[in-house]
Amino acid sequence: MNPLLKVQSISKSFGDLTANSEISFEVNKGEVLAILGENGAGKTTLMNILFGHYMPDNGQIYFKNNPIKFGNTRHTISLGVGMVHQHFTLADNLSVLENIIIGQKSLFSFSLSKKTALDKLNSLIEKFSLPIDPDAMVSDLSVSQKQRLEILKTLYKDCELLILDEPTAALTPQETEGLFKTIKNMVNQGLSVILISHKLNEVLSVSDRIIVLRNGKKVGEKKTANADYKSIASMIVGKEISYPKKIKSKINREVLRLEMVSYKSDHDLDVKINNLNLKLYGGEIIGIAGVAGNGQQSLAKLLTGHLKPTEGKIFINQNEVIDSSPKNFMNQKVAYIPEDRNKDGLVGDMSIWENIIMTETDSIKIFNQLGFINSKNSHDQALSICKTNDVRLQKIDQPARLLSGGNVQKLLIGKWLYRKPQIIIACQPTRGLDEGAIAAVHRMILDARKDGNGVVIIGEDLDELLSLSDKICVMYNGHLSKPLDTLKTDKLTIGMLMSGKGF
Amino acid sequence: MILEFFEIFFTAGFWAATIRIACPLIFATLGEVICERSGVLNLGIEGIMSLGAMVGWMSVYLGADLYSGIFIAALTGALFGLLHAIFTVYLGASQHVTGIGITMFASSVGFFSYKLILPSSTTPPKIIPFEKLEIPFLSEIPFLGEALFQHTPFTYLAFFSVIIIFWLLNSTPFGLSIKMAGENPMALEAQGIDVLLVRTVSVILGSSLMAIGGAYLTMSAFDAFYFGMINGRGWIAIALVIFAAWKPERALLGALLFAGLDAYQVRAQQLAGAFIPYQFFLMLPFFLSIVAMIIASKRTRYPKALLIPFRRGERH
Repeated sequence: MNPLLKVQSISKSFGDLTANSEISFEVNKGEVLAILGENGAGKTTLMNILFGHYMPDNGQIYFKNNPIKFGNTRHTISLGVGMVHQHFTLADNLSVLENIIIGQKSLFSFSLSKKTALDKLNSLIEKFSLPIDPDAMVSDLSVSQKQRLEILKTLYKDCELLILDEPTAALTPQETEGLFKTIKNMVNQGLSVILISHKLNEVLSVSDRIIVLRNGKKVGEKKTANADYKSIASMIVGKEISYPKKIKSKINREVLRLEMVSYKSDHDLDVKINNLNLKLYGGEIIGIAGVAGNGQQSLAKLLTGHLKPTEGKIFINQNEVIDSSPKNFMNQKVAYIPEDRNKDGLVGDMSIWENIIMTETDSIKIFNQLGFINSKNSHDQALSICKTNDVRLQKIDQPARLLSGGNVQKLLIGKWLYRKPQIIIACQPTRGLDEGAIAAVHRMILDARKDGNGVVIIGEDLDELLSLSDKICVMYNGHLSKPLDTLKTDKLTIGMLMSGKGF
Repeated sequence: MILEFFEIFFTAGFWAATIRIACPLIFATLGEVICERSGVLNLGIEGIMSLGAMVGWMSVYLGADLYSGIFIAALTGALFGLLHAIFTVYLGASQHVTGIGITMFASSVGFFSYKLILPSSTTPPKIIPFEKLEIPFLSEIPFLGEALFQHTPFTYLAFFSVIIIFWLLNSTPFGLSIKMAGENPMALEAQGIDVLLVRTVSVILGSSLMAIGGAYLTMSAFDAFYFGMINGRGWIAIALVIFAAWKPERALLGALLFAGLDAYQVRAQQLAGAFIPYQFFLMLPFFLSIVAMIIASKRTRYPKALLIPFRRGERH
């Protein structure tokens, strides 16, 4: 049988960076092919070439034996290829139906033929059981509904091959399950699906075949039936991942204490923080679990001086904090790994070295007495921080936004570790990272603990919190539970607390 | 005395004047709505209106008939719209700077060619403008007839264009594309439509409407062209777009509201000119517009991609 899609030695580079090199693979009818790889392995670039957003430097792609004209999305769509981008391509100001019918008729024709379009949409909704209100405004849809709309958009154009780029990135576990049901449903009806992901568990549960990309090259291909987690994971990173082991560390003196801390903001959106008590010792990790939106963000800001408690006291090294400012917390050796690393962690358009020295305004090595930047010292310091922490970069002068998520996080943590902190406040430190980067971040955090730091990890991934932390507290509706010893508790207990029972 | 201020509302002349004053604003605001809906701010509006006023009038003065005059004005507007689009859409230049450049360039070209063609005229020469077209039967209705149905064809065209633009934006594939280009151009591209083409055509279309708005002043409201006659109407239109929340039907409302205030202040001046300085009345429409804008614009949603150039193949 002829394959539906044949990709032959596709290569593409952006300047010095080789995004794809000589990649070939095939997709058969009625098959789910998963393309796996770390962030920056070239998955999205490859799909953008296939779909017509980018021109490849060389190579050929055949769909049903027709060569695809590169750089022409219209042509690719007309052949029967559809793509759901990681960032949705929907217009919020239009309705569901309007988003679908755009591009269906000639741009300058006089009518939209909404009636026939609606009939076709309704039959698709039924056929693939993807319920959605055609007249709803896109701005009112939830993330999973928007994704459903994106899938319907491609089905509407009679697509036979659907490309899903990181489709589960923003979905809850239940929504992810629903999506996989949809995928299986589509495959049963004869469609083919390419699934791009870096979440190994999900790929193993839904795909038929897996190919792995690393550094722009195809490094492996396997039937899912014959694949296991460990072998694929090491294929992705190119070596056996050594998952860091937690060794017992010695707890020393108390470094941080909250006493009846409350915070109420003028914005009604934020949860009120009520009478928090917490003690953190050097050499221990406390995990703060909880469903997002229960006050974790305010807690992180209170612990780093971005917010001032309306009531209660914060003690660092037994001394009460009087000046609640980020600067003062930094001086008291508190490090802050923000949740949104690209927005709050760095300035994307500034260079890597500038981002690194930004927090070093008190260092006369970097800023001399006259206030000028010592360029050589800052470059050296930045380079050494990147080197110690395995931040992979082309040039120290490149804009920081060009770094992949894992490298950004390594850079941020590394930059704070350089300041020899005593307390680390980390919010969702591994969100959106691939396996290799997650292992690296975990290792950095565990090393910091071994060096006597007190660490607070605020997160949503319960498995991660249980494996890293010594104690776990649960945050619910602005309240904090008593700390539980992770060795003596289980997911069920924590899950109960997360839903508000037992406070 | 107080009563007289209210009586103004009950004269058909007041309502007829309101409609007359609103027309150039209707054209200009619709034009700007189309540009901005596609994601391009067009600050060339004041200059394009000025040039449209000159070109439309001059064509008629040199022998063209009135309808050809409108057409030629529209064509000139389209040309300057294309210029704006080349810089802002294809080259991705700053829309503010380009727009102001276009305004200065277009109005200067207008005055310059006026002086070139009519070097020695001290009093502006006149043309025979559009004449009143009394709509049979309807114009004979007392009060309403005089207020609404005794206007020039150019005036009716203004109201008709609201319907056309409303239809274009809401019921045609191109209208949908305009709205998507101004909200999420990447989405439009993903549907296989050329964003740059949609934006360029929108700016051209919008700019020709602006020029027609200018031409209304010299070919229907007055019969001559003189310097500075646009008098900030373009800038008012920019504000009206926000008041209108980028919707053509609300643009009509906004233009009528502003024009009503203007028509009212002229009449109120005559009543109270003796004891209130006339400048106070001149200021009124602008002041009340600002108040209306503050109230109306609190909840408006900007087109999200307004002012953001779109470049193909770039990582977004």
